[in-house]
Amino acid sequence: MSDLHSSISWRRPVAEAAVLAALAALPLVSQDYLLLLTQVAVLALFTLSLELLVGQAGILSLGHAAFFGIGAYAAAFLALAGWEEPISGLLIAGGIAGLAGLAMAPLVLRASGLTQLMVTLCLGLMLHEAASRGRDWTGGDDGLSGFLNSPVLGLFEFDLFGVTGYLYALAVLGICFAAFTLMRAAPFGTALRGIRQNPVRMAALGTPVGARLAQAYALSAAMAGLAGALMAETTQSVALEALSFQRSAEVLIVLILGGVGSRYGALIGAAVYVLARDWLSALSPEYWLGWLGLLMMAVVLVAPRGIAGLLARVRLPRARAKTEDRA
Amino acid sequence: MTTPRSNPPAPLNLTVAVHDPARRRALKLVGAGALGAALSQVAGGIAFAADAEPLKIGLIVTYSGPYADYGKQMDNGIALWLKQNGERVAGRAVEIVRRDTAGPAPDLAARFARELITRDKVQVIIGLDFSPNAMAIAPVLSQAKVPCIILNASASDIPKKSDYIARISFTVGQVSAPMGTWAGRQGIRTAMTVVADYSSGADAETAFKTTFEAGGGKVVDSLRVPMNNPDFSAYVQRIKDTRPEAVFFFFPSGDLPNNFLKAAKERGLAEAGIRLLATGEAMDDSYMQAAGDAGLGLITTHHYSTAHESDLNRKFIAGYAADNGDYAPNYMAMTAYDGMAVLDKALTATGGKTDGATLMGALKGLSIESPRGPIEIGDKTRDIIQTVYVRRTERLENGKLACIEFDKFEKVQDPRA
Repeated sequence: MSDLHSSISWRRPVAEAAVLAALAALPLVSQDYLLLLTQVAVLALFTLSLELLVGQAGILSLGHAAFFGIGAYAAAFLALAGWEEPISGLLIAGGIAGLAGLAMAPLVLRASGLTQLMVTLCLGLMLHEAASRGRDWTGGDDGLSGFLNSPVLGLFEFDLFGVTGYLYALAVLGICFAAFTLMRAAPFGTALRGIRQNPVRMAALGTPVGARLAQAYALSAAMAGLAGALMAETTQSVALEALSFQRSAEVLIVLILGGVGSRYGALIGAAVYVLARDWLSALSPEYWLGWLGLLMMAVVLVAPRGIAGLLARVRLPRARAKTEDRA
Repeated sequence: MTTPRSNPPAPLNLTVAVHDPARRRALKLVGAGALGAALSQVAGGIAFAADAEPLKIGLIVTYSGPYADYGKQMDNGIALWLKQNGERVAGRAVEIVRRDTAGPAPDLAARFARELITRDKVQVIIGLDFSPNAMAIAPVLSQAKVPCIILNASASDIPKKSDYIARISFTVGQVSAPMGTWAGRQGIRTAMTVVADYSSGADAETAFKTTFEAGGGKVVDSLRVPMNNPDFSAYVQRIKDTRPEAVFFFFPSGDLPNNFLKAAKERGLAEAGIRLLATGEAMDDSYMQAAGDAGLGLITTHHYSTAHESDLNRKFIAGYAADNGDYAPNYMAMTAYDGMAVLDKALTATGGKTDGATLMGALKGLSIESPRGPIEIGDKTRDIIQTVYVRRTERLENGKLACIEFDKFEKVQDPRA
């Protein structure tokens, strides 16, 4: 988990690009799991946005679905209003969510610890309630559906098997992951981790703590909005559930499962969670939640730093001399 | 990634559908549930292996979380119909692929629908307990031209969302409108409405008001209660102060109707001469016994009562009790039971053809005898047309509450059809 400037820095991007290329080639082999993997990509992007908030900046949130929902509804509104071009729709939706994050940042950053958790929870619930009331806009409990985006780049139509949706989601996730990696290695990322460890000292060093945190909050909100918009565009539907507390809690669980503070945590967590959920719920529709619960408990007990932390520990003896520091 | 995924054909296995609560808990504890499911699925697979091509049905419904009861009721209803009809639908063995949305989750439902069609190759999709889920799969059905039979989702517009949707459950407006007419015929001139504040509540309010005022009555006040409001005393007091001749209320089935009934009894609405009217959601078989004396004398309109007097219903109730003991059926089990009957009749008519256009053609205008009475799928609307009964809640000799039908409205459609 070293930073980019360590001696092995060139190997990582190459390996990551290889994995991405392999995943992109998957539809040539089998189209059976593309919809499931699209869902993994959406959840991974959403979890990555929370990692930026919790793992990097140290801001707690139990209401992150607010931004996911804003992005999802924004994308749906655009498509329904006739703005059917998916990429610009995605960017606009992400931008709107980012602005919403910027607007909420002063409220959330005023508090810390448990109080902060409560503020994010309340903001999330209020937005959910507002969307539930605004039936004329959001469709209330019925949600919004029946919109279809135009082909990606004017060439690739969203098909029933989900090939386009999958590659599209994979591309968005890949770009966001690269952006996250660069941000993490940049002075901005270093400043965030410094603030997480000791905000007073960082302020004394001359870092504008409040501004950095607000920027991180807005960036995270924008990324969550992108994830929401990606879901709306690939499933062609949005419902109140996109804003629900359950979704906020779920993404936090996925992040903890994958590993807070690690670059791969969000990706691994989302993949394990969605695949385990799908496999277990097909095996026993009634009892799968119990099995998933056991899996979670096992991970938390055996690997308090999540699956990514566990993998790093296995690898560590070899690379111990080089990198002990995960921060 | 090309290996078949580990959900072997999931024919309804009665062995997993454990309904004795104690045994269910025990199973959960030792975690034998999944093992049992896997074993019986293997057994089911062997049993069906003799058939050339089983009919593949995708069932999208809720099996876990707070609404897990929905899926269980539907599973039981389907299993019962198959058992009573030689495990065959239109002469073919049946393979049911079950998917759990764990409540309203449109993105999951849409993915399940697409996977069921593209990967599991199901010929028809049934289930859909929540309206958002049904709405979300509509574009998928249109794109893939796969028929879908809705077994519960009750938002008025659902069949309009895709030409491949037929509904055999009910809509809230469909069961609310007859109450307005009936109340008018009883000489009730003023009424108040109290509904849960969400789309179905608004449907109930509008439907009742329209027919009640068409009959010369007047709705003097309409209250909307937040879904998560547990305290009804202030609302009931306001009703008492307004003094209408009757109050019509609608809440989704669950604890809310009982809480309202108890508050109404505590504040003596009946003694003040205010009659209580509701839809059948207030007397859902899964919850109604908890209403106790507060439920007695309540007038409700609904499409189904487990106490309905007919041979088919007696056969349904007796069969269900034989398989599931004390776990009583409700309207969802009944609708799922009908779902199989409808599919059987439609497939018999098409000679086994399952392509979208042919099967939908057979479903349009199809009518069967259901445990609830005669039902029909609208020729143009693809929506349910059925008898709505007026019932009074009474206590039977065995001490249980039951909805006794005493009046009916035949061939009722959704008011917005």
